Amino acid sequence: MSEADPILKVRGLCKNFGALAVTQQVDLDLARGARLGLIGPNGAGKTTLVNLLTGMLSSDAGTIVVDGQNLEQAKPETRVRHGLVRTHQINTLLMESSARDNVAVAVAERENFAWRMLRFGRQWRACQTEAQHYLEEMGIGHVGDRRVSQMPYGEQRLLEIAIGLSLKPRILLLDEPAAGIPSTEAHVIHDALERLPRDIAILLIEHDMDLVFKFAKEIVVLVTGRVLTRDVPANISANAEVRSVYLGRSAV
Amino acid sequence: MTQLLTILLDGMSYGMVLFIISVGLTVTMGLMRVVNLAHGAFAMIGGYMATVLVLKLGVPFLLACVLAAIAAGILGGLAEMTVYRPLYRKGELPQVLLTIGLCFVAIAALTFFVGPTPLPAIVPAWLDQMVDIGFRLYPAYRLFLIVVGGLLAFVVWLIIERSLFGARLRAAVDDPQMARSVGMDVSRMFTITFVGGCALAGFGGAIGAGVLPLEPFYALRYLVYFLIVVAVGGMGSFRGSLVAALAIGIVDTAGRYIVPQFGGFLLYLLVFALLLWRPNGLLPPKSVA
Amino acid sequence: MTPITQNPPAAAVPAQSFKPSMLWHALPWALAIGIYFIADGYHGLGTNIMIWILFAVSLDLALGYGGIITLGHAAFFGAGAYCAGIFAIHVNNDPLLGLLVATLFAGLLGFITGMLILHTRGETLLMLTLAIAAILYEAANHARWLTGGDDGLSGIRVAPVLGLFRFDLWGKTAYLYTLSVLFVWFVIAFFVVRSPFGRSLDGIRQNAKRMRAIGTPVWWRLVAMYALSAAMAGTAGALMAQTTRIVGLSSLELLTSGVVAVMLVLGGERRLYGAFIGATIYVIVQDLAGAISPFIWMFVIGFLLIIIVLFFEGGLMGIIDDVVNRLKGRGRKDQRS
Repeated sequence: MSEADPILKVRGLCKNFGALAVTQQVDLDLARGARLGLIGPNGAGKTTLVNLLTGMLSSDAGTIVVDGQNLEQAKPETRVRHGLVRTHQINTLLMESSARDNVAVAVAERENFAWRMLRFGRQWRACQTEAQHYLEEMGIGHVGDRRVSQMPYGEQRLLEIAIGLSLKPRILLLDEPAAGIPSTEAHVIHDALERLPRDIAILLIEHDMDLVFKFAKEIVVLVTGRVLTRDVPANISANAEVRSVYLGRSAV
Repeated sequence: MTQLLTILLDGMSYGMVLFIISVGLTVTMGLMRVVNLAHGAFAMIGGYMATVLVLKLGVPFLLACVLAAIAAGILGGLAEMTVYRPLYRKGELPQVLLTIGLCFVAIAALTFFVGPTPLPAIVPAWLDQMVDIGFRLYPAYRLFLIVVGGLLAFVVWLIIERSLFGARLRAAVDDPQMARSVGMDVSRMFTITFVGGCALAGFGGAIGAGVLPLEPFYALRYLVYFLIVVAVGGMGSFRGSLVAALAIGIVDTAGRYIVPQFGGFLLYLLVFALLLWRPNGLLPPKSVA
Repeated sequence: MTPITQNPPAAAVPAQSFKPSMLWHALPWALAIGIYFIADGYHGLGTNIMIWILFAVSLDLALGYGGIITLGHAAFFGAGAYCAGIFAIHVNNDPLLGLLVATLFAGLLGFITGMLILHTRGETLLMLTLAIAAILYEAANHARWLTGGDDGLSGIRVAPVLGLFRFDLWGKTAYLYTLSVLFVWFVIAFFVVRSPFGRSLDGIRQNAKRMRAIGTPVWWRLVAMYALSAAMAGTAGALMAQTTRIVGLSSLELLTSGVVAVMLVLGGERRLYGAFIGATIYVIVQDLAGAISPFIWMFVIGFLLIIIVLFFEGGLMGIIDDVVNRLKGRGRKDQRS
């Protein structure tokens, strides 16, 4: 494998729900350290694609190659161990735990500590210490002790990213990180995304067009489960076909 | 052949009692998503009530069963409005515990008022005889159970499949959120269904006393059977509960006839296997299928 | 906001330093040892309480911490009891060896049944746990030659512990023996729930989907916790068999599964000590009220359950916490003003 090869290589990915083809022959390459945006109207199959990539759904056909290894049949947890990590659109945080412990369980899982039943002192604190580091990278280090249920929504979104980051991903799928955040505060998420390590390849799925166009170096447009086009942001916003798909939407 | 038919009849009469008692449970569990372990207590209360009416006051058997059903229904309604309602929003564990608590209270109360010894079965003289059914003499009581069970199944079927209330009920079981959002008074529906279910249980406990003998721990002893009917039939499924109750009655009876050394073992093993194979039961409603 | 650097040295999370409140951990054990010296004639009751505590703690691991909804934990209690009894009669009557065998047997049973049923959730899981206990009950009921059927398994003789301490008529040895076993298991449970393993199970309880997304093999981890909890319940059953020298079918009953859940919730789940308070109060109420009429305790316990579920979700420990917090809060306000 050379460094120039894409870290994620998807070929001919298909998924049908009954007669409805929600993902049709999707090809997708992600270079190391890529910043790719994924947009498309409602029902284009963006979330289905994420679920297929992470193994939450099983695909009907196609290959998902991460760093030369086909993970199309692999279980979700195996894919995570190969560095294919996602964040969630709807919060699935552990609401009763502290922010730090939310990240620490992920660190423990990554380091294979999570099977250890009788080593609670030092090892768990090591996980917490590392967790604190990721919270600080996302700018929420000061709320480490707070229960998630008592954190403001924006901080919960940042925590979601911190958890993804703590798994040391090689590919990070961000599923609408700014969902539910007023557009006036979307810059907080943008700042956080800009500070993600350069070597992680990122696929950003987002409704907030400002955020996508500011963040992504390239954009893929998904329509009815198919890749319509892939280009740099400037060309995407000039693309007539894309405009017609988003007819009436002034965001582009 | 004769033995096979006897098993079938015994199993069916037993299954009909299970059905009468459990059909309310399956509808309420399907509709309200509450793990209700106190359902057997309502059957027990009905059975005790009828027995006391017959033995102490000389009330005719059938009238006593109906009165017992009414009493169980009223108690059910009161319980629904007071202790069940706060449960709908809680998890399974609180539901399990509160309803076990209700069982305990019912057991203690009946023992206090009636006594700790098992009650004699109240089969009236006109049922306590043998009838010639062609190939052998067969107890009239058991035939009576099959007939009454069949009639009740038909009535419940009419209500659920043919009435407006039933249509709304089915809609609410299939899609509770939808039912609420189109403005159904789900809470009143809960109460009515619960009262109906408890009344049926009380009736079943009363007429089925010859099959499921009444004793203070009745509510817990037979609870497993009622729950199995619900789980095997598919929670919230009327047809499923009828099929499951009859199947369980027949399998259990057959097991005890053919391989008495295994007793109820066979039944539980089958139920276990079935639930692993189909976690939502045989005929689950759409919402869980 | 902190600017990003390649590896900012986050301040290490400090180890918990000693606090006076930690002395509370010594209280139940000091109490148990104290009672040994003063409560002549009550050692049997004390032993019984400790066995139920152990059983309730085991349920706390599976149900409280693991979120595994079960109404069939008596299966493992009964399996441990029968295994210890049969082992003592037919193989070897050394108590510790019997305890070990029973524990492993129950743990294995938990492992196998856990693998089968922990794919399911909610009411289905509840039914499957019920069915397992019912299957074992029927098996024990019908294998008379081995278990004594509904007469119970009797004739269990247990050799002195470590060859030194004979089980005496007053149950003093049994008391200390049970206390020691309870302590060992409690320490294990105490560590497990605070270990990375325990934290990940807490995560699964809160949100299994999230844990899958961070790479947790959810099913395996639930199976592990279930097996551990089953082993612990098996120890409790074995202790019951060894100290009472009889095993009845009631050890496998639905009522037994129900009672242990009641104890746990009465005391408060997910706090280990809740099981201590719940089991103690339950057994004592049963003993006192049972002396008047065996059914008054059922009424009291049933009524308590309804009240606790409706009004005090944290159980008795939750009530204590509330009171302590309120007192503390008032104390702080007083200092400020």
